[in-house]
Amino acid sequence: MSAIPTKPLTRNITRGEIPLDIASYERADGYVAVRDTLGKVDPAAIVQMITDSGLGGCGGGGFPTGRKWQLMPTRAQRPGPRYFVVNADEMEPGTFKDRLLLEGDPHQMIEGIILSAYAVQADVAFIFVRGEYVTAIERLNIAIAQAAAAGLLGANIFGSGYNLSIQVHGGAGRYICGEETALLNSLEGKRAIPRSKPPFPQINGLWGCPTIVNNVETVCNVPHIVRYGTDWYRGLGANGAVGTKIYGVSGRVNRPGTFELPMGTSMRAMIDDCAGGMKDGYRLRAVLPGGASTGFLPEDQMDVPMTFADMAKRGTRLGTGTAIVLDDRTCPVGFIANLQQFFARESCGWCAPCRDGLPWVERTLKSIETGTGVARDLDILTEMTDNLGPGRTFCALAPGAMASLQSGLKYFGDVFRQHIDSRACPWT
Amino acid sequence: MSIVDRQSPLDGTERAAIADLIAHYPTARAAAIDALKYVQKRRRYVADNTLQEVAHLLGLSAAELDEVATFYNLIYRKPVGERVILLCDSITCWMTGRDALARHIEQTIGIKSGETSADDRFTLLPIVCLGHCDHAPAMMVGDVLHGDVDTAKLDEILHIKGDDAR
Repeated sequence: MSAIPTKPLTRNITRGEIPLDIASYERADGYVAVRDTLGKVDPAAIVQMITDSGLGGCGGGGFPTGRKWQLMPTRAQRPGPRYFVVNADEMEPGTFKDRLLLEGDPHQMIEGIILSAYAVQADVAFIFVRGEYVTAIERLNIAIAQAAAAGLLGANIFGSGYNLSIQVHGGAGRYICGEETALLNSLEGKRAIPRSKPPFPQINGLWGCPTIVNNVETVCNVPHIVRYGTDWYRGLGANGAVGTKIYGVSGRVNRPGTFELPMGTSMRAMIDDCAGGMKDGYRLRAVLPGGASTGFLPEDQMDVPMTFADMAKRGTRLGTGTAIVLDDRTCPVGFIANLQQFFARESCGWCAPCRDGLPWVERTLKSIETGTGVARDLDILTEMTDNLGPGRTFCALAPGAMASLQSGLKYFGDVFRQHIDSRACPWT
Repeated sequence: MSIVDRQSPLDGTERAAIADLIAHYPTARAAAIDALKYVQKRRRYVADNTLQEVAHLLGLSAAELDEVATFYNLIYRKPVGERVILLCDSITCWMTGRDALARHIEQTIGIKSGETSADDRFTLLPIVCLGHCDHAPAMMVGDVLHGDVDTAKLDEILHIKGDDAR
């Protein structure tokens, strides 16, 4: 066995280099977990192991992966096709972690799919990659061909009686495809409109069959947990959290980028130690901890550990773990208006509050930003955070949009009023 | 490629390729996006008659396929220029100067967002976050991703200056 890694997800990744081919990947301890597992370990034991590891969904929700898998009916309960789908539709503004994993180590992705699909006994896997990730799609297809040639995919893999094929599906745009049921509709060749839940995809997923949808980073953790064990995995975390996380930061920091760190690392440690702090002449004002659909974390809370639970306690979410810094030379109203422009455009249009409400929010914010807002606009925006909030819409898109608006009104209320009172943006 | 070519009936190669795409899925309909992307790659955009022919191969009505085609922003139902510029307008690129890049494109090529240049060489479209935020502002030109774009780099990428025509 090679040295046990402390940064398992990125151990094979060198920036700017082409990824490991299958021979190099196997020399680096790759596919050992597959060879030790298929036909030798009960799939249910793998599900239990993932449950015990504490691995949570890295697409933004943090839902325990093992529990998601446990909801899949058994083959005896539901005969017929079963699907495993990787959500590689990375489109959350400010998020660039899955690109790193897909382009940097595609065989890790494939190994993760084989083990995960085996655990839930799916025989067909799809990787739904956003169409713009051209390089990722090319590299995944190469890795799949190499894995198939090595007998790691196909019928009766290593004589285990287990069959698996993997297909890459390139998307054609639209953020909503990242919502797991909308993604399934898109894979079926329909408009990407979310489905009513329940039934959950585990019961009625792709073409009505039992289906698991997991994020790229989530699945990439699986080979390491299977290979090195749950105790090792849990020991990787900090401040009570488990495993590692690909965090990232963009904005006016010295070294924007992605960093694999212990889950539970503080925001300050990432920004100051990994990203080199703020650029000269810029002061940090707040961050969105994990993409456009997370609420602001103000500057006095930078010591909070970056975990799903700790961020929830501060009224925000960890989301994708890739932070966006709002600096003091950027107008917070303009910043939020840009986020709302994104959500308004990306609404699928299925339910009225989202379809009509988000453009209204966008227009209201832009009028405030350009100095034509009135005091009543702040009441309208506040009402909107409720009317488009959790429970009011068909899916989580609009509530996600409201996170930055609601927290922005709370932390930057004075800035909003300044725009309205002076009929101009102080930053222009 | 002339306009006539882009609206011509599907040829044998295209029909065979679409049949192959359909074979990847349990239902023909599931190949809709792959088929639209494929014909668009050859014809730059999906003309009405092309859409009708592809729908027929997928076992869908033209309306059913158009419902799909018009939902996805990377499927073009109107003619686009030879090179489509997808300029990110999400948060980090907005903070780091994407609006200045859009203005530069307007000044040098004469197109605003959503427009195609008179010489048919460029179409400028906005795009959501390209997942390249550590190199913002970012854009794609055709299938190629570019990061840390400034006006000088933009000129170079688009060959606005110099005698290299493309």
